[in-house]
Parts: sequence; structure tokens; C-alpha cells
Amino acid sequence: MTSGSHMETAGPGSLRLVLTLAIAGLISGIAIIGIYESTLPTITANKARELREAVFKVLPGVSQMQQLVFRDGELVAAEELAKDEQAVYGGYDPKGNFVGYAIPAAGPGFQDTIGLLYGFTPKDKLVLGMEVLESRETPGLGDKIYKDAEFVGGFSALSIEPEIVAVKKGTKARPNEIDTITGATISSKAVVRIINETHNEWSVRLPQPGAEPPLGETEPVDTGEGP
Amino acid sequence: MKKQDNRSYDEFIKGIWRDNPVFVQVLGMCPMLAVTNSAINAIAMGMATFFVLVGSSFLVSSFRDWIPKQVRISCFIIIIATFVTVADYTLLALVPKVHKELGAFIPLIVANCMILGRQEAFSSRYPVRLAVLDAVGMAGGFLLALFSLGAIREILGDGALFGMKLFGDNFEPWVIMILPPGGFLTLGVILLFFNWFKLKKDEFLADVAEAERGG
Repeated sequence: MTSGSHMETAGPGSLRLVLTLAIAGLISGIAIIGIYESTLPTITANKARELREAVFKVLPGVSQMQQLVFRDGELVAAEELAKDEQAVYGGYDPKGNFVGYAIPAAGPGFQDTIGLLYGFTPKDKLVLGMEVLESRETPGLGDKIYKDAEFVGGFSALSIEPEIVAVKKGTKARPNEIDTITGATISSKAVVRIINETHNEWSVRLPQPGAEPPLGETEPVDTGEGP
Repeated sequence: MKKQDNRSYDEFIKGIWRDNPVFVQVLGMCPMLAVTNSAINAIAMGMATFFVLVGSSFLVSSFRDWIPKQVRISCFIIIIATFVTVADYTLLALVPKVHKELGAFIPLIVANCMILGRQEAFSSRYPVRLAVLDAVGMAGGFLLALFSLGAIREILGDGALFGMKLFGDNFEPWVIMILPPGGFLTLGVILLFFNWFKLKKDEFLADVAEAERGG
């Protein structure tokens, strides 16, 4: 620090400016990597737990699950997913008998993409449950697709053949009809459409009822606490 | 010593009331309107902003003699952005549900002009103690403003506070209050009140001054 007035007139050299920014960037980079590394395990565990909880919620009576992928024309258990591969989750009861699939689905809602998971039993061709995983629907209106217990409850034992039909609230008459939510018609119809579309996509890939992949010995995903 | 205490107190309290960043300076409107649809979201946003502002003010003030003024804005932004990233990951790890609701507005704290404004106008010119007090006051004022807006909108628009129903089943929620127009409406009414209050206070002070001259 020779003198403040000298600095004022000539200004600091370019080297000093570059060094200041480089050091600031370096420290910032180290701090960001630090926080990323230290929170990553918790974040990954949170996501895995959310998915697991959702699978057990949409498939009642299930206590074990395994990830399944459609590969080379058949559904196989797989731990790792290749790029562009979509997974479904097979749910099994405590004895290891197959109960149903939990199928992730996504599509446009009223505001943004709605991501959800639905439970499906191929034996009776019934939807057993539905859980919204991701949504930016309008708070207070569209978000009732996961906050309205009546609507969510409507997806238990809902027939999906030939397809789910959304009807005005209180007019449900057939097993494949579901009441929409007053004030959230678009969002509730979007949920129904997403499930129908995903079902059409997957119904051709799923094996005949009874021929589901058995629960793998190697990778039974436990209901207990995650790693 | 007494004078210094007064100064500290003043730097702290001005952000809460007299120069409230939202109601008086009308800064930080984007998060203000976007995430105040419920009290809990407003508080989470306020806390994140609090953390970023106080942390940045502390660092900027500590390094104010080392940062050449030609690159000061870039340095401020690097410091602010680092704190925002830290807040982002921390919220994602600790309270994933709240993080989901706030969504894109956490990274957007970087662009909150209140924060950069405080660095440029205050922290880069004053000692650390005053800078931190100023930041705590301003962030506290911001948090308070977010909370009052969030609470009003949630009570009127959802009949609840922190998710607890306040009224019976007969209450018909005023849904527009938790939609974007409700944000503008509530903010407008509060700003109206603040300006009315200021006007009355000025009138009162003028009356007092006149009475003193007369007496």
C-alpha cells in the first residue's frame, strides 16, 4: 500500500484485477464443490426414499420391490439403467409373490409437467393407487390432485380397460370412471390422460399375467431404512 | 461510546421499518410476489435470503480494502452466488418439500437487487460490524415483509396458517389471494398503508415544529 492517491489515478494493474477475480472464483469453486459433496448423499437418499415410499403407497400390501426394465423385448430385473431406458418397479408381498407394477408417468399438466407413479395389477387390470411425485400445479386449485384425499383415493381399484374416463364430480357410475375435482378440472383430467397414455405404452410390453419376472435373489430392495 | 451504540442500533433498525426493503424501497419484488402464497414458503424464502445477505455483507465488508473497485461488482456477484448455491443445496438436503415448493426462486436469489444493492451501497464502504448489523436489519425487514404477505394471503386464500385450518368448514376460501393477482393486491394495500402512515407522520412532525415555533 504505497498511497491511496496513486491507486486512484493510475488504478491497479490488470494483473491485480485478474488475480482478484481468479482467487475469488477459486475460493467460490471450492466452497460450492464442498457443499455439493457433503449434501449429495442426503439428497440421493431422500430421492430414493421418496420413490420407495411412493411405490409402497400405490401398491398396497407390497413390502419388497425391484426395478424392472423392458430390454430386448422382455421385462427383466435390472439394477442399472441404460440411457433412454425407462424403469417400472415390480412390487412383491412378504412371501415374494408378485402383486403389481408401479409405473412412473409424466405429461403436461396445467402449468408444467406432472410426474406421477401409479400402481397397476395386470391380473385384474386395475389401477391400485396414484401418487404425484412432481407438480407445479396452481397452489390451492391444481395442487388438489395430490392434496385432495377423495381424488387420490379414487385411484384405488379403478378399472383401466378400455381406459379411465374423467367425469364430473359426483357422477361416477362405472368402475372405469373417476370424479374430477371441482376447480381443478384441467389438472385432474391431465392426471387421467397421463395414466391412460402411459398405460397404452406399457400394456404391450408387460408380460402375460403370471409371467412376471420373479423377485431377484440378488437385489431385493428392503422396506427398511435406506443406506 | 453512547454515540456508537446509537449508530449501531440505527443501522439495524432502519431495515426493519424506516427503510424496509420491500415496503419502502420496493426492492426484491420477484420473490416477494412469487413465493408468498403460504406463510411457510415465505419464511423459507426469507431465511434463505437472510443467510445470503448476512454472509455476503460480512465477506464484502471484510475484503473491502482488497477488492479493486473496477472488479467489485463481479466479486460481489461471485460471493452472493456462492452463498446462494450453499443455501440451495442445504435446503434440498434438509427440507426437500420446501425446496420443491420454492423451486426456481432459490437460484434466483442471486438476482435479488436488494442483496447486490446493500453490498454496493453499504457493505463495501463500512466496517464489518456495521455491515453485518445493516444486513441483519435489512434481511430481517425482508423476512418480516415476506411473512406478513404470506400470512395474509394464506389466511384469506386458504383459511389456514402454516397449513392449520383457522375457520370452520363453512369458510369459503378467497382463492384469488393465493394466485398471482392476490400478491399484487395484498402488496398494493400494504404499500398504501405505509405511504399513508408516512404522510400522517410527516404532517404530525410539521405540526409539532410549527407549535414549537409559535410557543
